[in-house]
Amino acid sequence: MNTEVEKNIATNVQFLSAGEAIKKIPERATIMVGGFGITGIPQFLLEALIDETDVQDLTIISNNINKDTNLYPLFKQNRIKKAIGTYFTTNKEVVQAHREGRIEIELLPQGSFSEAIRLGGSGIPAFYTPTSAGTDLAINKETRIFNGREHVLEYSLFADVSLIKAYKADKAGNLIYRKSARNFNPIMAMAADLTIVEVEEIVEIGELNPESIVTPFAFVDIVVQKGEM
Amino acid sequence: MTHSVKQYIAWRCAQELKSGIVNLGIGIPTLVADYLSRGSVTIHSENGILGVGPEPSPEEFDIDLVNAGKQPITVLPHTSYFDSSLSFAMMRGGHLDATVIGALQVSEKGDIASWAIPGKDILGVGGAMDLAIGAKRVIAAMTHLTPKGDPKILPQCTYPLTAKKRVDTIVTEHAVFKFYQEKLWLVELNDDVSFEKLKEMTPASYEIAKDLKRVQGRHTFIG
Repeated sequence: MNTEVEKNIATNVQFLSAGEAIKKIPERATIMVGGFGITGIPQFLLEALIDETDVQDLTIISNNINKDTNLYPLFKQNRIKKAIGTYFTTNKEVVQAHREGRIEIELLPQGSFSEAIRLGGSGIPAFYTPTSAGTDLAINKETRIFNGREHVLEYSLFADVSLIKAYKADKAGNLIYRKSARNFNPIMAMAADLTIVEVEEIVEIGELNPESIVTPFAFVDIVVQKGEM
Repeated sequence: MTHSVKQYIAWRCAQELKSGIVNLGIGIPTLVADYLSRGSVTIHSENGILGVGPEPSPEEFDIDLVNAGKQPITVLPHTSYFDSSLSFAMMRGGHLDATVIGALQVSEKGDIASWAIPGKDILGVGGAMDLAIGAKRVIAAMTHLTPKGDPKILPQCTYPLTAKKRVDTIVTEHAVFKFYQEKLWLVELNDDVSFEKLKEMTPASYEIAKDLKRVQGRHTFIG
């Protein structure tokens, strides 16, 4: 290995405090938020979003709005105009708000939701899937027969900002996750103009095994150490 | 619905699963895990785990380790973690040998309704549609009748569908049905129910399999 090259390694990933990072979120932004229930959710970044900004009319792309996460106060403050996800029935207040027309909801099967995010981050604008064919979730969607089976056209998802929870970042911005806290985080990291990651720990370049890196730094814009407001 | 009815249905579903990879839905299917030989059957969880282990002790509890029902779990030596997209690729791509899904209704064509009730808000679907579409075998686990006594195995589903023509096996506390040759077949009937009584509770048209088994009911079942 060339030690001159090693010394010169630098990437465009920024390392900021949560307050600095979160101020880059524009008004009326579409924001992807990683996590499944309370597991793998960027709680610290959401706290900063609530406390340090007053952005309104947000579109939130996240599996659900769990009462034990910081998506809930964001919803309670009426800052979420629209939610795109897979499961909103467990939060009765969200159901009530939807009935009263205070929040718009777009429901997708979880596999179509996750694939729409992965492909949104991969430069593919739409895809056909057999999931939901012949059901109420396919109403008004284009369909096409492949191999004798009906498929539904789904559009990919892409956001202004993704808020991600990872376990460790190295100083280049490469990420690893911990256990089932991975869930939607790696695919959402791919699918936004601005990807902000909250991590438990920042380590030196070379400390993460290249074979084990889940999100290469190409998908990362800003890394925030959890606890640094 | 009594505790023993749910346990019996779960146990009976587990008898269908001797090897391979299986995904267990919420409700009765969750109980199936108690009766599986874990190790020879590997449990997949759609939030990104292949190889779900038993419930943790309080000391083992880890907030980063939950199943699709958001309950804490443990893992096994052959476990892997992956993102949600890869997890659903496993399902949709036909790499799961079976899924056990709780059903509200199943039709004589194998349609399944499991996620919504007409007239109520349709705001939650989760992974049900992808599972029903993708798993090699879809086992519908359900009580034979609703709590009000209405039948659930019908000529046609009246509730919103989860998927069309995907059910392989129906397991209730009274009977087991299988779909083959484009028909629904009664393959097993508990001895606490007569053929006439079953017909009364089952408006769907079905054939009686030549090798039909009469079995002792749940009152004698040992889990």
